[in-house]
Amino acid sequence: MDVLARFAAGDAEAFEPLFRQYHREVYGWIVRIVREPAAAEDLTVETFWRLYQSRSRLDPAGNCSAWLRRVATNLAIDHLRRRRPTEPLVAEPAAEREADCVVEQEMQATIRKAFGELPPRLRVVAQLRLIEEEPYQRIAESLGISLSAVKLRMFRATRILRKKLEERGVKPWP
Amino acid sequence: MAINEKDAEGLGGLRRRLQSALPPMKNREPRRDLWPLMRQRLEASPRFAFPSGVPWFDWALLGFAGGALAFFPRLIPALLYHL
Repeated sequence: MDVLARFAAGDAEAFEPLFRQYHREVYGWIVRIVREPAAAEDLTVETFWRLYQSRSRLDPAGNCSAWLRRVATNLAIDHLRRRRPTEPLVAEPAAEREADCVVEQEMQATIRKAFGELPPRLRVVAQLRLIEEEPYQRIAESLGISLSAVKLRMFRATRILRKKLEERGVKPWP
Repeated sequence: MAINEKDAEGLGGLRRRLQSALPPMKNREPRRDLWPLMRQRLEASPRFAFPSGVPWFDWALLGFAGGALAFFPRLIPALLYHL
């Protein structure tokens, strides 16, 4: 009997191995959306807390990874909603070093600000597709929406983003 | 609604711009062992939980009825008569 089946059958001892099996994957998914390691850690724990609470309704033959990713995505979107859009998005320190001239750094800051102002449900799609290059199908499964709905959100996100960038003097395509 | 050709052509440039400002965060690992944090979360949860599927209103009604019978025991025969 695998660890999910044991947990779904009521074996509380199976929760720790289940957590250890999936928590890196869940953390990795959440940090790609929220871009904050500390918040991603808290949201990972919250995701597994939801799993623990749902143990009596779990399907032992189900796809635990997909279930966790969907819950994690919803929690990450809630986190983005609570986060003020004025807070700057986190860039990698290495990326800031690479942007050697002041003009380039300012442009990157403008892009981060414009991106952070996107509505969370559109931003998640743009983040996962444009930045993380996740397949549309995986994004659709994680959000629990259809493929065409993901593409529509993507279209709206890029349209808004281009408009914002053009207003601030950044041409999004070199 | 599908992304038209012009948009599809522009996505490459937009992607490059975004990735230079917000680099991908693939293959990230937690900075520490998260199990102790998880265990704290489990231990902080209430030990008693209502059986699932019973609405809170039913529990409130049961509590109210129990309290009423405790304070007014003369209601018990009347209640038994009506049951």
